[in-house]
Formats: sequence, C-alpha cells, structure tokens
Amino acid sequence: MAEIRNYTLNFGPQHPAAHGVLRLVLEMDGEVIQRADPHVGLLHRGTEKLAEHKPYNHSIPYMDRLDYVSMMCNEHGYVGAIEKLLGVEVPERAQYIRVLFDEITRILNHLMWLGAHALDVGAMTVFLYAFREREDLMDCYEAVSGARMHAAYYRVGGVYRDLPDQMPRYTKELLGNEKDVKYRNQAREGSLLDFIEDFTERFPKYIDEYETLLTDNRIWKQRLVDIGVVTPERARQLGFTGPMIRGSGIAWDLRKKQPYAAYDRVDFDIPVGTNGDSYDRYLVRIEEMRQSNRIMKQCVEWLKANPGPVMVGDYKVAPPPREKMKDDMEALIHHFKLFTEGYSVPEGEAYFAVEAPKGEFGCYIIADGANKPYRLKIRAPGFAHMAAMDEMTKGHMLADVVAVIGTMDVVFGEIDR
Amino acid sequence: MSMEDRLDDLEEALEDQLEEDFEECKWTRTYNEITLVVPKEQLLPVMRILRSHRDLGFEQCIDVCGVDYAAYGQSEWNAEDAPNTGFSRGAERSAHAHVDMDSRFAVVYHLLSLSHNVRIRVKVFLDPDYPVVDSVTEIWNGANWFEREAFDMFGILFNGHPDLRRILTDYGFIGHPFRKDFPLVGQVEMRYDEDKGRVVYEPVTIEQRMLVPRVVRHDHRYEEGSEPVKEEEQADG
Repeated sequence: MAEIRNYTLNFGPQHPAAHGVLRLVLEMDGEVIQRADPHVGLLHRGTEKLAEHKPYNHSIPYMDRLDYVSMMCNEHGYVGAIEKLLGVEVPERAQYIRVLFDEITRILNHLMWLGAHALDVGAMTVFLYAFREREDLMDCYEAVSGARMHAAYYRVGGVYRDLPDQMPRYTKELLGNEKDVKYRNQAREGSLLDFIEDFTERFPKYIDEYETLLTDNRIWKQRLVDIGVVTPERARQLGFTGPMIRGSGIAWDLRKKQPYAAYDRVDFDIPVGTNGDSYDRYLVRIEEMRQSNRIMKQCVEWLKANPGPVMVGDYKVAPPPREKMKDDMEALIHHFKLFTEGYSVPEGEAYFAVEAPKGEFGCYIIADGANKPYRLKIRAPGFAHMAAMDEMTKGHMLADVVAVIGTMDVVFGEIDR
Repeated sequence: MSMEDRLDDLEEALEDQLEEDFEECKWTRTYNEITLVVPKEQLLPVMRILRSHRDLGFEQCIDVCGVDYAAYGQSEWNAEDAPNTGFSRGAERSAHAHVDMDSRFAVVYHLLSLSHNVRIRVKVFLDPDYPVVDSVTEIWNGANWFEREAFDMFGILFNGHPDLRRILTDYGFIGHPFRKDFPLVGQVEMRYDEDKGRVVYEPVTIEQRMLVPRVVRHDHRYEEGSEPVKEEEQADG
C-alpha cells in the first residue's frame, strides 16, 4: 500500500487566527510543518499608485488605512518625508504632540496585539481588558481629530489643530443614567491633557493586571517559550526591525538611534530580549508599553507648560486661519491654491523612517517638482517579518503557527498596501 | 557623533573602497542622505563590499523599490507659459517624455548599518526592454519578498532569485500595475456570474477621472543658492 506522508494544508484566508486575510499553504508531515508559503496581497489596494495620482495632502488618510492599528505613526512617516523634501521646520509644540500621539498609538497597537495574541493562544480575558484601555485612548484620538481610528491628524508642517481645552464628556441622553454618567466622567472634567495624565497614572496598574494573567501563566509559557526563535544574525539578515529585532537581543530603536520629532528630549529605555523567542518578544512589548507611558507623562508635562503654535506659519504649505481670510487677499489666494492644486514639492528624493509599533515604517518619495508624488514607496515593517514566516515555523507544530503569526504582530493593511 | 559626522565618515569609506575598482559608481548627498548610483554589472560586487567591509557594514537591507521613470517631470496642465498665453481649459497628458528612455526602470535599495548607524541608498538603472538585474537575496536574505514585489509591480527580473513569483496581485493577473503605462483603474473588473456560477473577468467599464491635474511648478525658493524666505516677507506675499 502506498504511504502518503506529506500533505498540504490551506490555512486562511478566512481564519480568525490569520489576523486578517492571510492565506498560508502549509506542507505538513503529520503535525509538523515542513514548509510554509504565505500568500499575501488579498488586501492589496495599490496605495502607492493611488498616491501618485493625488496631491500630497490627499494621501494622508490613506496612511491611516495601511497599518490600521497604528494610524498616527504611519502618518508621521509620510508627512515626515514630505517635510524633509520641503525643508519645513515643525514647531516644537507640534513635535511634542506628535511624540505624545505616537506613544498613544504604540500603546493602542500593543494592546491590540496583546489581546489578539492571547486570544489566539486561548486566553479570552486579556482581550477584554485590553479593549477597555483602548477605549480611553481612542477617545483621545477622537478628541483631537474627530475620528476614533482614521485620524488624518498629522499634516505637513505640524498637526491639524491644537489639543482641545475640554475633554468630551458622556451625557445623560447617551447613557440614560445619572450615576453612570457621573462615574464615567470622573476623569473627563478637565482638558485632554488632564485626561491623558490621569490615564498615565492608571495605566501601569493595568499592565500589572495583564502580567498577572499571562507572564507566569503555565499555559502561556508552554505556548510561547522557545517558539519561533530568531538569532540576532538571522534577524539582521531578514531585515527585522522593531520589537522583532529587539526580542533577539539587538538594542536598535530609531527613536534613540536616529531621533526624530522630540524624541531626543524625552527620557526612556529600550527593552531587549535574550533568547529571541515569542516569549521574549512578549516581554519586550509589555515593557515598551511601560516606557511609552513614561514618555507620555513627560510630554503632558511639557505641553502643559509650553503653549504655542502647532502649525508652521508658511501659507505655501499650511492653510491660513479662517479669520485671516476675511480681510487678507493674500491669505485667500493661498487658501484657494492650497485646496485646488496643493503645494508643489521640489525635485528630489527622500526617505524618512519612524519607529512604528511594529518596526521601521518608512516612506520613500521621489518628487519631480509636481503637486503629486512621482513615486511613493512605503516600507512596511510587517512585510519583512511576514517574509520570515517559512523560516520561523519550520519544524514547529501546526498549533504553533498561530503563536508565530501572533508574535509577528502582522496587519495586512500594511503588508499588502 | 551626529548624523553629519557619520555621513562624512561614510563618504570617506566609500571613497576608499570604490575609488579603484568601481570608479563608475557616483554618489550624491542631499537631505543628509547618500545616494550611490551603480552600473548594473557591478551591483553584486559593490553590494558585497557594502555588506561586508568593516568601515561600511550595511547588515540590513531595509527596502528594495522599483521605479518607472517613463513619465518623470510630465504635467497634465501647462502652468509654465500661463503668464503669456493664459491657462488652457483642459488638462491633458503631454505626449512625450523628457527622460532618457535608455534608463526607464530603476531599482532602489535602502541599506542600513546597525553598527555605524547610517543609511545608504543604492540605485541601479535598467534597460527599458529587458529590465533585469542580479538578485541580492544571497547577500541579504530579507530582500527576497521585496524583489518579488518589484517583479510583480514593475516586471523587473532578478537574476538568481530563488522563487520569483508574483506576490501582491491576484492569481493569474496580467501586466505590471505600477508601470506608468498601466491605467489607475486597471484593465479588468470582476463580478459573480449567476449563469456560469463563478466569478468572471471583464474589461473595465469605469472611466478614469482626473480631479486635480498634475502641475509641475518651479519654485524659486527651492532653487540652488536661494535664501530661505523669512516669515514676515511671506505674510506680504
């Protein structure tokens, strides 16, 4: 009788543990993976091509939709590249606001990752806990930009507007219960900065809660320790960045090594792993949340003490204020030109990278002097990580595939673009 | 050490290493970024030096990006002569390209040195009819998918790539969508055909719209040697 040993298993694209639309073709020997072939591109929208057909500013909302759980970091990479080409100096207050919101975004992303990863591995509670805090942070997004996810808050030359003086509150009409309203509005009496400050006070306790649930949990450790080990050499070879390379013990963080915005003026540490396995990457990301919290605190303190403009005064790239347009002809012309044609970027090419929660997110723009980019290339961290899928899962069991996908923190919005 | 100093060191190291055997390699430095243009025959040896030499040490290949220069510098609305002739009403794509079409395609590599904390951009120009270049996957394994993407999007072939398949487009896709002669709306659209009981592909029925024409403007403020405009002056226009 002929013996058939290897067989092919189709994983996804409609599998809840595939984190979106990943199709994995797995070649199995019994339950052991021999080869993993990820088929990506099911969410390919041609963002780069679309951007070539739009004025520079119109593509900022597309950036939110790349890695849709770390929206503002993507915007930062894109506007940063344009600012480099234009030679725009961003006001200091806007730089601090960007750092503040980059870190809020990092926590948002890591919470999403933590919840989803734990859920994949079999722990339901962490997911609910994580979403409780995400709710608060999304309220911050909403308070500054009006949108809870796709903010389009960072603009070339600064941010769209200054932080609001009053945090939006719950109303009786919404909740229907006076006691509930009072309870939920406890932290919302003051400004947005007061709300964030209150959050940074509370948040370390929440991280402790996640850690009590997971860090010493026997099942969690059995599922993560020694799974998907990447040596430092391989991490470099494979183009890993972010927590994936730090988990392998390389202290590489763009915020420290090539500081942008106001990162050279805040104090924080870079956590690194020792074994390069999934468990180390989990610990790295948990510590990153604590460090982000620390950065947020410093930003809040600085922003409270230093009012100022949040957008450059150059009306060639930033629209003039409404009041000015009422009695200033020049302002009106600038406004008209900006909103019909946009600004032209001088001929040249630039690459600007930020430390997004998942790793190095970079935008490479080739400008030919027009009001639209000639070529925009988005360097998504997840793309390089996903490419290592085969190497990381080879020899592991089928159930570990889910843990490896989880530990890579992949989002298909940015991989497929 | 600041980024400027590190880039100075890098330029020195490049000079030392490339001067003798690879004098055709030229680099420029703009926006504190170094762009090294390499003839395609010399790509692999140059890349090996960049990867392995102690003073260069680019351990990571951060990105590989294809570029199609076919429509470079073209505008859809003539703003140059407008002061003399007035603006034209319609936006039209200008017929001929002003780029040298001998080098229509380019591959751009972004390398990162963790040990020296610097970046470099390496650019190779390719033949328009047969765009092929040596694969760097042997030097940086992580370039594998990036090269597959450049192949998928631009049809650039990579010699010696272990698995050069399409990556982002649909199964059975025809054409290379990021080429400048590929329309934004695409060639085919798909729908579910009830009679046939399967998804069918048909030529696109939608028309491509142009909301904002592409306009090239030469701004004196960005020209070589111009002084940055002060804020008060701007307020006066």
